[in-house]
Amino acid sequence: MELFGMPSQVLFGQLLLGLINGSFYAVLSLGLAVIFGLLHVINFAHGALYMLGAFAAWMALEYLGIGYWWSLALAPLAVGLGAAVFERAMLRRLYQSDALYGLLLTYGLALVLEGTFRNLYGVSGLPYDVPEALQGGVDVGFMFLPLYRAWVVVAAAAVCIATWLLVEKTRLGATLRAATERAEVVQALGVNVPLLVTATYAAGAALAAFAGVLAAPLTQVNPLMGSHLIVVVFAVVVIGGMGSIGGSIVTGLALGVVEGLTKAFWPEASAVVVFVVMAVVLVFRPAGLFGKVH
Amino acid sequence: MKHTTLAAACLLATASLAQAQISDGVVKLGVLTDMSGAYSDPAGQGTVVATRMAVEDFIAAEKPAFKVEMVSADHQNKPDIASAKAREWIERENVDALTELVTTSVALNVMKLAKEKNRIALISGAASTRVTNEDCNDVTVHWTYDTYALANGTASAVVKAGGKKWFFLTADYAFGHSLEQDASNVVKASGGTVVGAARHPFPGSDFSSFLLRAQASGADVIGLANAGADSINSVKQAAEFGIQKKQSLAGLLLNLTDVHALGLRNAQGMYLTEGFYWDMNDKTRDWSRRFFAQHKRMPTMIQAGQYSAVMHYLRAVKATGTDDTAKVMAQMKKTPVNDFFATNGKIREDGRMVHDMYLMKVKAPDQSKTPWDYYEVVQTIPAAQAFQPLSASRCPLVARK
Repeated sequence: MELFGMPSQVLFGQLLLGLINGSFYAVLSLGLAVIFGLLHVINFAHGALYMLGAFAAWMALEYLGIGYWWSLALAPLAVGLGAAVFERAMLRRLYQSDALYGLLLTYGLALVLEGTFRNLYGVSGLPYDVPEALQGGVDVGFMFLPLYRAWVVVAAAAVCIATWLLVEKTRLGATLRAATERAEVVQALGVNVPLLVTATYAAGAALAAFAGVLAAPLTQVNPLMGSHLIVVVFAVVVIGGMGSIGGSIVTGLALGVVEGLTKAFWPEASAVVVFVVMAVVLVFRPAGLFGKVH
Repeated sequence: MKHTTLAAACLLATASLAQAQISDGVVKLGVLTDMSGAYSDPAGQGTVVATRMAVEDFIAAEKPAFKVEMVSADHQNKPDIASAKAREWIERENVDALTELVTTSVALNVMKLAKEKNRIALISGAASTRVTNEDCNDVTVHWTYDTYALANGTASAVVKAGGKKWFFLTADYAFGHSLEQDASNVVKASGGTVVGAARHPFPGSDFSSFLLRAQASGADVIGLANAGADSINSVKQAAEFGIQKKQSLAGLLLNLTDVHALGLRNAQGMYLTEGFYWDMNDKTRDWSRRFFAQHKRMPTMIQAGQYSAVMHYLRAVKATGTDDTAKVMAQMKKTPVNDFFATNGKIREDGRMVHDMYLMKVKAPDQSKTPWDYYEVVQTIPAAQAFQPLSASRCPLVARK
């Protein structure tokens, strides 16, 4: 059977792969959106934190013998803690200044982290194996689906939904949203806003690290893995609307699919299609698809 | 500068003549390489180490009357940065030879500048055959390998082993296209067919979509016309999708550091072509162990070739007693290259240093006895067959004859 001049087999395969890549975009842009929402910081270190998550998993296995499943919890925790220290020690001092300073500081952090790991481990990357339980794959009719990729979609979706529920449906989330709107009022009502800010930055960083651990068995663990991805993720956030939680999840998945289809029909354009979408969206909806105009 | 030194030389005793003919008394090498990007493992700092070893060995063995110095810089794979640095080195620091120059676009820019400024360019890392064809000149030597030699070695061997139908996974820029083109020609000439190609953005990280197309194409062999991290991830993800069960992969430019990064479990059974491997004989092992002591990694062919090129150049300077570009080039072309890297290597008029190449097969994990024990030498491809024949050259220097 053929659809749009392409065997339906190939088409479904590309759709599914797009969804898998979209899962990464969703988790990463979710973290960015959470951070931007409360801190109004454009976190350029997000790609480096993603890389750090993957490296944390690799190091845990290499030096401590800690396997994938533990890393999935421990790496985000470690990266989140590090991010909390960074927020307290440095980022905090810049909230009163122009947003550009926060961007520059996080960009600087990204360069330092990537440079350090490049010096220590080179750029060819380090191998990280798919965990025993998820090796192999299943024939789903139109393609051979590696079990691990199926797991990536499930894990990413679970984390996205949990984050969304936390922010939209819980008391903590309500406080967070209130602080986003009027921080000084929330503080006056007795909420420790600085702590909330630190926790939010740490949580955003942990999300990036979680995506990094998910990615480690798929690509090499490479100091540059984050910088390749971060530009696309920023485009996703802009399309979804800066700071919109639900928006970033939906946009992340949708753009993964759009990219996947482009790879099927016109591979050469797959690197730019996200940016074309971004340009078009910005022309018609400057605040993004799900963003609110301030 | 040169004239005043020469004039001064005339007044001096003959004993110091050789020294005086070296402009400013110093032979200076400029190593321009990728220190931080995609090629910094196979080239990068390792080529600086190799150059330093060559300089030290040369001084220890030959006790020259002139001083040898070197400078190095990161060109970031950007031709404009490379040209600006090279120009500064030539004009301010009086650098005599520009070396390494990984990344084709960098090499093409710098060799053009070398011609303009009458300096020598010794290329080890860059791959494209354009260096010795359309863009050739008489001050450049292309030392270690090129896309023709790689395609020729790997593709013809794989077709002979039964891989007739090919699909290419190609990095979408000049180098990838050149490699795909050269490999397609070899496949067709050896009686195979090319059923398609997918061009992926450079650099990429997810190749699953392209691999799926390759899988659906019904090809026997998927030729990887990419390099570095792109090749590594392609191989790794192909294993994930179970592609190697029905199709085989051919890495058209895989370096030792890439195989190291992949691990033998992922890379085993692949064919690849190399200009050098550390574990071939006592000479290669001796040199490589000395290199390892300094760099903590075994050398790639680019790094070994860099040493060989620099040493050959310095010996030519000593033999002629001058750093004059034309005289040194003539001496280098006249003298065969015999060292741990090449046996009876020869620099042709198009600037190609021709030497034996080696078809390798990556060992299975249980065949590997020691660290970095990765290849089995399947076949030595003699110099005369390894590289593009002069009769097919598009280099004006050759055509004029």
